[in-house]
Amino acid sequence: MAGVVTEHVQGADKGYDEAVREAWRFLPGEKPLVVLYRLKKYFPVKGLIRVKGWVRAVDNVTLLIPEGKTLGLVGESGSGKTTIGRLVLRLIEPTSGSVFFMGRNIFKLRGRDLRWFRRNAQMVFQDPYGSLNPRMTVYDIINEALRTHKIDVGDPKEYIIKLLYEVGLNETHLYRYPHEFSGGQRQRIAIARVLALQPKFIVLDEPTSALDVSVQAQILNMLKDLQRRYNLTYLFISHDLGVVRYMSDYIAVMYVGKIVEIGPAEEVFEKPFHPYTKMLLASIPVPDPEYVKKKPPIRVVGEPPSPVNPPPGCRFHPRCPYASEKCKREEPSLVEVEHGHWVACWHPLN
Amino acid sequence: MGANRCRDPIIVVEDLYINFYTYAGIVKAIDGVSFCIERGETYCLVGETGCGKSVTSRALTRLILPPGKIERGRILYYPEPGKVVDIMKLSEEELRMIRGDEITYIFQDPGTALDPLYTIGYQISETMLVHGYINRIKEGISKAIQLLKETLIPDSEQRAKSYPHELSGGMKQRAVIATSLANRPKLIIADEPTTALDATVQAQIMELLRNLKKQRGLTILLITHNMGLVAEMCDRVGVMYAGQLVEEAPTEELFQNPLHPYTRALLRAVPNPLKKIEKLESIPGTVPNLIYPPPGCRFHPRCAHVMDTCRRQKPMFIRVGDKHYVSCWLYSRR
Ligand SMILES: Nc1ncnc2c1ncn2[C@@H]1O[C@H](COP(=O)(O)OP(=O)(O)OP(=O)(O)O)[C@@H](O)[C@H]1O
Ligand SMILES: Nc1ncnc2c1ncn2[C@@H]1O[C@H](COP(=O)(O)OP(=O)(O)OP(=O)(O)O)[C@@H](O)[C@H]1O
Ligand code: SF4
Ligand SMILES: [Mg+2]
Ligand SMILES: [Mg+2]
Repeated sequence: MAGVVTEHVQGADKGYDEAVREAWRFLPGEKPLVVLYRLKKYFPVKGLIRVKGWVRAVDNVTLLIPEGKTLGLVGESGSGKTTIGRLVLRLIEPTSGSVFFMGRNIFKLRGRDLRWFRRNAQMVFQDPYGSLNPRMTVYDIINEALRTHKIDVGDPKEYIIKLLYEVGLNETHLYRYPHEFSGGQRQRIAIARVLALQPKFIVLDEPTSALDVSVQAQILNMLKDLQRRYNLTYLFISHDLGVVRYMSDYIAVMYVGKIVEIGPAEEVFEKPFHPYTKMLLASIPVPDPEYVKKKPPIRVVGEPPSPVNPPPGCRFHPRCPYASEKCKREEPSLVEVEHGHWVACWHPLN
Repeated sequence: MGANRCRDPIIVVEDLYINFYTYAGIVKAIDGVSFCIERGETYCLVGETGCGKSVTSRALTRLILPPGKIERGRILYYPEPGKVVDIMKLSEEELRMIRGDEITYIFQDPGTALDPLYTIGYQISETMLVHGYINRIKEGISKAIQLLKETLIPDSEQRAKSYPHELSGGMKQRAVIATSLANRPKLIIADEPTTALDATVQAQIMELLRNLKKQRGLTILLITHNMGLVAEMCDRVGVMYAGQLVEEAPTEELFQNPLHPYTRALLRAVPNPLKKIEKLESIPGTVPNLIYPPPGCRFHPRCAHVMDTCRRQKPMFIRVGDKHYVSCWLYSRR
């Protein structure tokens, strides 16, 4: 295995072999770009005097994000999706565990190496307005990103105009301010700024949740097109399962800080093995009245538990129709139920 | 304007115009909308941000605050068959007696509908007091508990004593629904009631609304931008675009046989989670600014079938099939 690793990465950091060996099991046949290894992020819950407890936002996650592909991360509010996105970009430090980017442990990077990482790993947020300085023109916004990352592109204006065309805007937008644009256009600007740095990896955290469906379709198609042309790797976070299915090659389903199912997108949607995935899929309203008529009634029980005191054993057991005594006591780990399809459940479906 | 397309309407809206007088200019938010809601049905208004769904639904009880103004139009409310109330002619006081009693609203954010300073039980009871169904708060508490049970809130006795912040988003929305049932509701207007909630919780709330409607014979006006919810919940759908109703049809008919180019495009732009989609179709451009709305058909700048007439003249809302209406020059005889 070690030999294979060095094919992709020159001078991998300590621990990479072990991490990639574990993470690779989930997506065999793919080229790892980002590897999350036994990653944990606990946030303190502060009492008046002492810390009262911990929010286990991300609890022991091992995952591989394959180069040139899209890994979709789904799960309900508070399941830890954004926290994973922020960890893999080193916007926050983990409680424990590691993240490797092209073999390098991102939490150990310093100086030039860290700058290399920062340039190559970027994020697009849900709210494009919040991430664009309202007092800067589009030109300044993108030029500043270039300067911050010390990227020499020759004539910045020419370069920026080319980028604007790339995202469906043009030179007439160059000297306008964010408030002069619609939500969809602002998201295009945010994407242009990210593309300016020529990154390898982009975390897209609900990039179209604030947009209308007609505009959403434009942005999603654009993202797919850019990915193909520049071999970009996406971590695509969303709670809209229709959008995730459209965008993703692979899907990881999160429930209260843990990955409970992972596999090729089509498999996970067509044949979910985890009772939670099934419940989640059955909950989505389907835009097809013919299907709705035939759809079996679903039983959705309870609400997601607090990540401060997650239930013991399988975290889903209080809501699970199949839960046994074992589920209440022992935590299931991910096992392969079909080729390349992994599930953490004592009683997988099908 | 032939707005009464219903056999036994509970609401009839005719030729409604609403403007907002802002610093930037006059927002022509609602531009000649007409529709009716059949007693006992679930009617959906669907459309993208800013198309006028909320404003239309608020206008049903004249809940339009300045700088907004209902410029003209008729709004008729039929509390029972044959009995008609002209909403435009009521006094503020008379409107308040209808609102929260016979016509109730459920909004997107349950947090703002509940007062953080009072218990859930108190607030439900207060609604009954305001409308004269009880004389003292205490009298309403047991009814409140029963309503919390009806909306499937576990430990309803305990919950009646809880403050809003002690409940999850889904539980809060159930409490709001319980409040809306406190008096004698006939029409419930649910404005994106689950947009702020998780998918599994949304499914539960929708199930609850469906059952309540059946058990109590309610009429529901559901406002949403989610085509999935339309398919699952509604009997008839009105599609809005930029302040106009562009198409109306029974739900199945709308999905099977959408006619307006906007409806067609909208349906193709929604990724269906149950299908593998190779390429989503998008609608070019963005929704227009309603201070300077495009003349003629407001969709014309984005329409693939635009003709000369579309740019000049507003198309009529015409009948094209059984209960199927559309406002588009492609289907009009000029
Ligand atoms: N800075 C923080 N301090 C304390 N708790 C936090 C912090 N950031 C996140 N959390 C908690 O961690 C958990 C996971 O949050 P996260 O934002 O990752 O969820 P998410 O899956 O992205 O949810 P959503 O779909 O609502 O965006 C939540 O319980 C959240 O309240
Ligand atoms: N207080 C206000 N001042 C100015 N314009 C307003 C005001 N309220 C609503 N409008 C305008 O009226 C139009 C219709 O708004 P409305 O809230 O009904 O849209 P909507 O269809 O409910 O959208 P959403 O899906 O975002 O809730 C919009 O163009 C909006 O800008
Ligand atoms: S492990 Fe048990 S409780 Fe958890 S999902 Fe599987 S069957 Fe349900
Ligand atoms: Mg998030
Ligand atoms: Mg609204």
